[in-house]
Amino acid sequence: MIRAQSLTRRYGPLLAVDNLSFEVEPGTILGFLGPNGAGKSTTMKMLTGFLEPTSGSAQIFGHDIRNDGLAARRRLGYLPEGAPLYGELSVERFLSFVAEARGFRGDELRRRRHAAIDRLNLGEVAGQTIETLSKGFKRRVGIAQAILHDPPALILDEPTDGLDPNQKHEVRRLISEMSSDKIMIISTHILEEVDALCTRAMIIARGRLLADDSPEGLLKRSRYHNAVTLVLDDLQVAASRLGELSEAAEVEVRRGRLTIFPSGRGDLFEAVTRVVRESGWQVSQIQLESGRLDEVFRTVTGAPERAA
Amino acid sequence: MSNLSVVLKRELASYFATPVAYVFIVIYLIMSAVFTFYLGGFFEREIADLEPFFRFHPWLYLFLVPAIGMRLWAEERKFGTVELLLTLPITATEAVLGKFLAAWLFIGLALVLTFPIWITVNILGDPDNGVIVAAYLGSWLMAGGFLAISACLSAATRTQVVAFILSVVVCFLFLLSGLPMVLDLFRGWLPQAIIDGIANLSFLVHFTSISRGVLDVRDLLYFVLVIGFWLAANRVVLELKKAD
Repeated sequence: MIRAQSLTRRYGPLLAVDNLSFEVEPGTILGFLGPNGAGKSTTMKMLTGFLEPTSGSAQIFGHDIRNDGLAARRRLGYLPEGAPLYGELSVERFLSFVAEARGFRGDELRRRRHAAIDRLNLGEVAGQTIETLSKGFKRRVGIAQAILHDPPALILDEPTDGLDPNQKHEVRRLISEMSSDKIMIISTHILEEVDALCTRAMIIARGRLLADDSPEGLLKRSRYHNAVTLVLDDLQVAASRLGELSEAAEVEVRRGRLTIFPSGRGDLFEAVTRVVRESGWQVSQIQLESGRLDEVFRTVTGAPERAA
Repeated sequence: MSNLSVVLKRELASYFATPVAYVFIVIYLIMSAVFTFYLGGFFEREIADLEPFFRFHPWLYLFLVPAIGMRLWAEERKFGTVELLLTLPITATEAVLGKFLAAWLFIGLALVLTFPIWITVNILGDPDNGVIVAAYLGSWLMAGGFLAISACLSAATRTQVVAFILSVVVCFLFLLSGLPMVLDLFRGWLPQAIIDGIANLSFLVHFTSISRGVLDVRDLLYFVLVIGFWLAANRVVLELKKAD
């Protein structure tokens, strides 16, 4: 279990992380969500023992990051932001270094290194110098060094940042494959990632924890949750007719689509489909919305809603 | 301390994976030969010793050792690998010592590669080889002093050029503090004891006595203390600056 208690970090007058407390159980993929500069990386740097908290503490499986730092770090795999690597070394040499630092020697070292290379599909570039590799390969090397010792907890700072869509997909697949019994903490500002990957999400902004919920729970906070969106010819007529439903709270016409928001009384979707059937409108699309994370994110972090 | 050797090995692997090692060794060997034969008048003196060879080592190190030391931490901080390094189960002390020892051994290797001049002087005459061994040891210790200063200042900045310039300046002060041009500044208004103290900080004074074959424990201790002090400072500076 990872436990953070009142973690706080100041950089001079700037309060980067403000009194952050949380616990993470094995089997959880926790997404740190937040705007740039929210304090996600600073929090991760404190959890991995790189930065001393100004106040507060954190334990990795009971080992305090300050007083028992080595034991805490042994139980962690960490991919720092931007996946820094020793570019002048070959992939194999670099992974050997990490394995040695993790205490593996001889056959065990070779076995671990080989397993990590296999897992990340790095076989074809194993002998190559890291700085000559593409961004996608470099990121995979960064993940390989983090999982080499099969740690019970992995902390990955923006693991998919700067990758192309295929590479992103690949990294996400890896993360979800590995997650069954581990603690994974992933920071991102890509919302789809949270939906696709995480079992729990924390929204952080200006160093403070603003929301801590499952992705489904976050979606429920969206005003689009259970809203119905239609695409049809005569938007204005349909808007005024559907706006009168007791199940509807509000209607919105935006970019050729009509969205009806639920009032909470009765089943909106059923009511809308009934009206559509009765009135005989030519509807080309009808959709029950599960909610929009970007909207929740903007609401929670307090960014001003942009005019349509 | 088990991970000290892991850090050391990785550092050495990096030296030889890049042109740094080869460029340094070649330049070092060429420069020391130039100083010995042209400025030192090795042949003209017609004395079978290596005094003209060792005399210029402090000046050679003044520029070459900061060139090795400047990258130790500045590069790690610039590329962010310091975060990787210090979140492995490696202590800051192991990292500081491992990096220092790797660079020091590397300079030692360059020094060992000057052995042809030792052979030469033994062919030409009958030198006191004990003095020569002492001088080699003194030279290596002095290089360690310069290196510890450079390593510490390298941790203070992300920019290698800044680390280099700062190191050269501080090394220069340590080198010259025994010369009259520095001591005359203080003479007359500081008590003799303090002036002696400043003079005693000089690398030159301690190195010169070792290179003459006088292995005084105080001279050896001096270099060991200088190295220890600057490495302790390196650890503190690293802790303060690593996350900037």
